[in-house]
Amino acid sequence: MSDQKKTPRNNDDAAEPGGALKQAESRLQYALRDLAQSSWMITVLSIVVALVVGALLILATNPQVQATLGYFFARPADFFATSFEVIRDAYSALFRGAVYDWQAATPQRAIRPITETLVNAVPLILAGLGIAIGFRSGMLNIGGQGQIILGATCAAFIGYAFALPLGLHLLLALMGGVLGGAIWGGIAGVLKAKTGANEVIVTIMLNNIALYFLAWLLRQQWFVQTGSNQPIATPVEDSARLFGLLGTGFRLHAGIFIAIAATVFVWWLLERSTLGFEMRAIGENPEAARTAGVNVPKATALVLIIGGALCGLGGAAHLLGTEYRLAAGIAGTLGFDAITVALLGRSRPLGTFLAGLLFGGLRAGGVLMQAQTGTPIDIVLVLQSVIVLLIAAPPLVRAIFFLPSTERKKKPRRRQKPVQEAVR
Amino acid sequence: MRPINPKALFSLAAVGVLALAACGEAPDEEPETDAEADENGESPEVPEDVDFTACLVSDEGGWDDQSFNESAYVGLQNAVEDFDIDFNTAESSSEADFGPNVDAMVQQGCDLTFGVGYMLEDAIDEAALANEDLSFGLIDSTLPSEPENGKALVFNTAEAAYLAGYVAAATSETGVVATFGGIQIPTVTVFMDGFADGVDRYNDDNGADVQLLGWDKETQNGSFSGDFSDQNAGRTLTEQFLAQDADIVMPVAGPVGLGAAAAIEDHGDSLMIWVDTDGYESTDYGDIILTSVMKQIPQAVYDTVEESVAGEFSSEPYIGDLENDGVGLAPFHDYEDEVSDEVKEKIDELIEEIVSGETEVVSDNAP
Repeated sequence: MSDQKKTPRNNDDAAEPGGALKQAESRLQYALRDLAQSSWMITVLSIVVALVVGALLILATNPQVQATLGYFFARPADFFATSFEVIRDAYSALFRGAVYDWQAATPQRAIRPITETLVNAVPLILAGLGIAIGFRSGMLNIGGQGQIILGATCAAFIGYAFALPLGLHLLLALMGGVLGGAIWGGIAGVLKAKTGANEVIVTIMLNNIALYFLAWLLRQQWFVQTGSNQPIATPVEDSARLFGLLGTGFRLHAGIFIAIAATVFVWWLLERSTLGFEMRAIGENPEAARTAGVNVPKATALVLIIGGALCGLGGAAHLLGTEYRLAAGIAGTLGFDAITVALLGRSRPLGTFLAGLLFGGLRAGGVLMQAQTGTPIDIVLVLQSVIVLLIAAPPLVRAIFFLPSTERKKKPRRRQKPVQEAVR
Repeated sequence: MRPINPKALFSLAAVGVLALAACGEAPDEEPETDAEADENGESPEVPEDVDFTACLVSDEGGWDDQSFNESAYVGLQNAVEDFDIDFNTAESSSEADFGPNVDAMVQQGCDLTFGVGYMLEDAIDEAALANEDLSFGLIDSTLPSEPENGKALVFNTAEAAYLAGYVAAATSETGVVATFGGIQIPTVTVFMDGFADGVDRYNDDNGADVQLLGWDKETQNGSFSGDFSDQNAGRTLTEQFLAQDADIVMPVAGPVGLGAAAAIEDHGDSLMIWVDTDGYESTDYGDIILTSVMKQIPQAVYDTVEESVAGEFSSEPYIGDLENDGVGLAPFHDYEDEVSDEVKEKIDELIEEIVSGETEVVSDNAP
């Protein structure tokens, strides 16, 4: 490296003193460093660290392990054997609950976990995409929760209040979900575009408004149409439900196709369309985008409208595909999980899709882990949180695994500057 | 100076903890094998192990909610100890977990699965229809399709709250009492309806004019803290009631009631009425709790498990009321002397009236 520094203007490695061997060596170093620095490597390592942290927590809270710790010095083997068993049982249950259950009684039950993962992933992917669009455009849309609630609410009401033919009913209910989310995201979008209001604050407030709006709606008889005082709405009609794909015993529904289609759409929107280019441009530098002729207010509003629409669609798919009945907690923590999904997916459509699958799998696996090993389901939340925490702090992951830092990567860039000047 | 290496600190702490904690003696030769021998029936003098698994699925509150999830858990634990059965539990973190959790319990071979709370209505109902050979229970709500193998465990808490309303009105010195709920759902407002009627009854009988804040039974409108977790909201609401001269407050909001208790303790001159469990025992605020409106969920769960273990499960709903002691008023504890004998006698009379049907506590929110 020091050789290179001495000849800053020389961009051709082959001409350097040192020969072919050194060149090959540095290539290998570069390759290794690239691998270590690439975002997916950090992601994988973050997941590994999260699993380790989760394992420690499982051990710390497990009564059997605590018992063996009491006589650790008398018979340490007990502690290690029990710890190993506890962690193996917990994580194998997590895996069996999320992917394939080789202990299941029937073949049908054995493959059910992976379909459950997909079921859980559908709303996460859709809402995650909505959030990711915002991130790519430099906007922090924290309003996924509210947009999901509005989407689910509109979809549900259309789903049970009207009697429409098969197909049309489902389509309208989904459209209602899209519209509901788009309106809710649009409020924040228009406010930001027209008045410069901070979208973070506006979307957070809109979350609360959506929550209490739904709570109010669920107390109105004209809305719930159940004839009881319970704050749960009537189930949606069969004609408005997302049809199951695998028959009874499975919950997998057509929403997974919507999620795939939405992923492709978002990829096309961001990478191939003019609007997407404008969106990314205002994310990189709004001033430059304005100078380049982008209608910044319009693009700003559209980012949140489209993001809201996707979140709304996620809420609608969740309701029409799995829940069927609208209740106050319909959104659960989906809106906030979607933010972590988008972060984990690095705001890329495919990344978000895969992150949605991972989080869906953790949720599905957590159920079996809790039921079979008594491990609290909160461990899953810890896993998710640690993953996101580490992804937000790549230097930390590098430090944990003694990976080379990015410092050296920056130096070659600096080295290139004079070259560019020379070209000019 | 070089900063202290965190790794070194950590190892130091770890060594310290280990040294302190790990000096116990190892247990004797693997006791587990003995237990297994029992299970395999190799020791005939030990009572026969019952092959029965009872399971419980919580709603979003979780087992430590100091309210009905916890009550159900206690009931299950008691039954597990007394009948020597297996058990399994699952906590739900959101509504989307209800179905999968109930399904997981069924897959784990639960003979009897309880859902806690009306939110699990659909999940339990579906599971009951799909698994006719297993039994199910639902706490705090009825099952929509009334399956043969599903039992609803509901409580007419209005009856006990009626008594609490009467006592509150009789004990109040300012002539103003208050109540508030967590979320406006029937299992909460049924308390408030009964409380309101109890206050009215006192006013009618004694020509008094004790005012009730926080709930209007006619219009079904009142004060709610918004959830079952934000204790600060409970505190703020209670402070408002106290500022309006209320001296007895009944929060129907699970742990949010602890916020109310803190406000009342600061205020000094007021009392509270706890709900679900006997707050004198379950909370740290015994010295400001006049009485509690109790809902005997643990007993109901216990009884249902007992019936099932004996093979006598019936789908007939269990309705807890004053007559079967499924609901009731807790003792006055520290305030035994403050409540006049006259009022105590009147309460006994009211219980008789309600049990005999002479007085009917009507609530749209009752089961």
